[in-house]
Amino acid sequence: MDKAANSILYLDGVNVSFDGFKALNALSLIIEPGELRAVIGPNGAGKTTMMDVITGKTRPDTGDVLFAETRDLTRLDEAEIAQLGIGRKFQKPSVFEKLTVAENLALALAGNRRVREALFWRLSTREKARIDELLGIVRLGAQRHMPAARLSHGQKQWLEIGMLLAQDPKLLLVDEPVAGMTDAETETTATLLRSIAGERSVVVVEHDMNFVRELAVKVTVLHEGSVLAEGSLDHVSADHRVIEVYLGR
Amino acid sequence: MTGRVWIAVATALLAFWLMLGRGMAADLTAEIGRLDTSSFTEKEKAIAAIAATGHARVAAVLTALSDNKLLIRKADRLAVIGEGKGTLRIENATTGEALGEAAETDLDKIAINNKIRRQLKTILGGLTLFSDDPAVRLKAANDIFRTRDLSSLEPLRNALAKEQDPPVKQVMAEALAALVLVSDAPEAEKLAAVLTVKARGDQDAISLLASIAQGSDAVARSAAETLRGLEWTRSLWAAVQNAVYGLSLGSVLLLAAIGLAITFGVMRVINMAHGEMVMIGAYVTFLVQDVLRNSAPFLLDQSLFIAIPLAFLITALIGMAIERGIIRFLYGRPLETLLATWGLSLILQQGVRSLFGPTNREVSTPSWMSGSIELGAISLTANRLAIIVFALLVFAGLLLLLRHTRFGLEMRAVTQNRPMANAMGIHTARIDAFTFGLGSGIAGIAGVALSQIDNVSPNLGQSYIIDSFMVVVFGGVGNLWGTLVAAFTLGIANKFLEPFAGAVLGKILVLVFIILFIQKRPRGLFALKGRAVEA
Amino acid sequence: MITRWLLNKTDRGVLIMLAVILLLGFMVPALHLLTSPDSPVHVPAYAMALIGKYLCYAMLALSIDLIWGYCGILSLGHGAFFALGGYAMGMYLMRQIGSRGVYGHAELPDFMVFLNWTELPWYWYGFGWFGFALLMVLFVPGLLAFLFGFFAFRARVSGVHFSIITQALTFALMLAFFRNDMGFGGNNGLTDFKDILGFNLQAGGTRAALFGATCLGLAASLLICLAITRSRVGAVMTAIRDAESRTRFLGYRVEAFKLFAFTVSACIAGAAGALYVPQVGIINPSEFAPANSIEAVIWTAIGGRGTLFGPILGAVLVNFAKSWFTSALPDLWLFALGGLFLAVTLFLPNGLAGLFGRWTSARRRELPAAQPAAAE
Repeated sequence: MDKAANSILYLDGVNVSFDGFKALNALSLIIEPGELRAVIGPNGAGKTTMMDVITGKTRPDTGDVLFAETRDLTRLDEAEIAQLGIGRKFQKPSVFEKLTVAENLALALAGNRRVREALFWRLSTREKARIDELLGIVRLGAQRHMPAARLSHGQKQWLEIGMLLAQDPKLLLVDEPVAGMTDAETETTATLLRSIAGERSVVVVEHDMNFVRELAVKVTVLHEGSVLAEGSLDHVSADHRVIEVYLGR
Repeated sequence: MTGRVWIAVATALLAFWLMLGRGMAADLTAEIGRLDTSSFTEKEKAIAAIAATGHARVAAVLTALSDNKLLIRKADRLAVIGEGKGTLRIENATTGEALGEAAETDLDKIAINNKIRRQLKTILGGLTLFSDDPAVRLKAANDIFRTRDLSSLEPLRNALAKEQDPPVKQVMAEALAALVLVSDAPEAEKLAAVLTVKARGDQDAISLLASIAQGSDAVARSAAETLRGLEWTRSLWAAVQNAVYGLSLGSVLLLAAIGLAITFGVMRVINMAHGEMVMIGAYVTFLVQDVLRNSAPFLLDQSLFIAIPLAFLITALIGMAIERGIIRFLYGRPLETLLATWGLSLILQQGVRSLFGPTNREVSTPSWMSGSIELGAISLTANRLAIIVFALLVFAGLLLLLRHTRFGLEMRAVTQNRPMANAMGIHTARIDAFTFGLGSGIAGIAGVALSQIDNVSPNLGQSYIIDSFMVVVFGGVGNLWGTLVAAFTLGIANKFLEPFAGAVLGKILVLVFIILFIQKRPRGLFALKGRAVEA
Repeated sequence: MITRWLLNKTDRGVLIMLAVILLLGFMVPALHLLTSPDSPVHVPAYAMALIGKYLCYAMLALSIDLIWGYCGILSLGHGAFFALGGYAMGMYLMRQIGSRGVYGHAELPDFMVFLNWTELPWYWYGFGWFGFALLMVLFVPGLLAFLFGFFAFRARVSGVHFSIITQALTFALMLAFFRNDMGFGGNNGLTDFKDILGFNLQAGGTRAALFGATCLGLAASLLICLAITRSRVGAVMTAIRDAESRTRFLGYRVEAFKLFAFTVSACIAGAAGALYVPQVGIINPSEFAPANSIEAVIWTAIGGRGTLFGPILGAVLVNFAKSWFTSALPDLWLFALGGLFLAVTLFLPNGLAGLFGRWTSARRRELPAAQPAAAE
């Protein structure tokens, strides 16, 4: 367990294969508490599979996945992992379209997730205040009673980030948060993610190099299911193997 | 039994009696007269005496006696044989000469009891041992094997000596061995008889051996040992029989499910009208036979070879029409597709019911598919066997189609990654229509096959739909091998459970098994893995 | 307070439906009992029984709506829960016959005497007591749904797979109940009931009371469904319906919520079956027929799933049409039913309620001032 010391997320030697295709190949990755990390890589590098493994959607064939030094994530299901404090934002915005913006946030609020409590649950004053606060952070105050289906693409991305924050997670996994956003929105998102880090750990998977540059954090490059390079963006973009992977061979 | 045969039998019997040298034919009329008594013991003696006369009329008289048709005319105490009720046509028992009619009240019945009935049966059985018809002789020998009446011993020995037909001779030898075993023959002869009975090896042989296996003498020990061996062989054959029946059921399931596996696998579409495609295929067979019977009866034996392509064509066209007209609008809404196709199945069922009526339609089986094949101790009807072969042929054909044609390649591409296939320029819409047509067409030819073993009625399809879905769920979506293995597994499991649990409980157990099975493997036996599947 | 909460949180359709049900529950028995048979407003016994039957079906449709319309689970085996509730009630009614059966046995129902049974099977114990029978009406379907749902949801069987397996469930139960040695009357089921709680089942008063009870049962089910769908559980159910894995990643145990909804739904279906049996006077294994369950789904679809009043409307309308067709044009009924399935799925995905909703929102759009929030 010492190897995992002082980490919020610890992956070691993780292998996943689908019908002979190795989606993850001895992947190892350590995220420290409060860290903001960008993960980049070409299509099929295993970014989404990595997220699936961390959140319990896919079980690794072999390898260790530890959360907060001790919790073995390979033995838990999605709901248990989420309750531990890992939030995930999907690549395609995934919000509850028929529910209003405020209801979406209320569902995501940290708290007891059992059926019995949910049956007799009322929003407390503190929870209402928290929803108002979140609506302010993701700038959806004016849309609070609107069904989520009617939000624009960018607004849905923001709502999902808001839901992630409402969960009060220790670790956020964010998959392509700025896809479909305008430049101004992208910039605000980068600021938002930077402000979240510190208190929480954030892993951002991204294609958009400008956005990664804007985040100005440590970057991990994935290729064919394992880590190709790690370091600052300038450092990894100088690596000839990374150039080869991105510019073709 | 016609009169001619009886006469032939009686003649043979006469010859046999003459040969024995007991030849002097006693006065038949006198012996028959002795039946006119109330003592059953006297009657038994009289019957034995009648048989001993070897007269040509013996068989006729004794048959009449066992059928309660041998009567005594009150007026002159003459034995007559009467036919009819109330007023009977009578004939002289000894000569067979017609005597006109007589009222029932003018005749006395000759009462017989069960003991006499058995005696008559044995004697008549002995008589039939000399029939001209080998089948009759075979049956007589088998009867002796079962009844083991020692009075048949002598006639059987003589019949065996004369017998020319090997299979009949074999059974006669077995029957003789059976009689030897229950007689007081010497031990060596009995031990040899045990071996003969062992060679027979069926249920009758087992019950015979079981009846003599008590005791500690050499014969009993030998019988007990043989019995153990026979019972083991028998349970082995029972298992084989179950397996073969299971394969037969499995091939039916395979035929019904394989088209479903294609539409469900490729398009994720539950087609509840699939069963109706099977039903339509069966009706196509009926129509083809109907037309042939009236216009080209000489082709009737080949009707299935016409019906198979025709059924495929018709159901495939209907399937494509369904896809283009309904299902296409419901992609991405699987539950609605399920309901819409269910509605369609109701319409198709009622349509067929209106056209052809609600009752079963007669579909004939070609002569080359009727009859049965003996395989060791089990027999399998030819049509079941033909369906097993046919199902495997269809499966193989489908595999070849998917592996080695452009259409198959495109279809597999669409199964594995629809958006990517679309992006590569595959006309997914056209593939969908053809796929649906293919699935429906296979259902149609399944219908041709099922018309041979099931009732052709508008409800034909409904009885298969749930079972075939179970096969697809169990086998795993998108893999034909899974469907094959699942169909045969479920078929065999059903047949092996039936003897212990009964058909209904067997079905329920299979369902429970499937529910528990998908706990372990939610995607079935042979499932595609990977991210694309979850999309 | 409760009324204010209702008014606050409920759409008008449900309130109107509730009022109509309660009014029916009062008016129909009153018109049956208090008016003379020649009166133009008299409701004859057969009509009351017919409407009562429709209302039981409405309860079944409502229970399907709770899981399909709100949680996205399409059960094609809800007829099984309906039938199980019906059998539980039928067993009570059987025991009430006592020694008045054809064979006059004090303890055993006729069919058991006929099968040469000498004593009551253990699972018939207690059904002589009404309270126990009522408990079983909810408990047996609920338990089956719980066990079945537990395994199915845990294995993440969803979508059409779940639908097909529920079909197989009701099919298996049908086969089982057809067997004589199950002890439920085999082919013929349970029938020839005499009285309930000591009241003659043929009497006008008893029938009127049963009708009233049906209306109350339906109203209560409606309120239960309303409470569930308006609670946070309802929000989670909707969330599961629209984005199941998102709900999981928020930390909700999707299986637990599905299981809760499925079990409650099965209990409502069971209660509907229990109200149905004394009114139609028979329960037999054909109630388990897979086709019945699918037909019930179409009532929900026609009325409009995802609304609570839609399924009730749909069940009554479709069954009224069925009664009319099967007497007037029996050959055409299956065409009409099949056509309904196609029409609803292709053209009316939200059913009549959706049609009604489109019509009202079209009217609202003419008055933009009425809904400022809608402006985008």
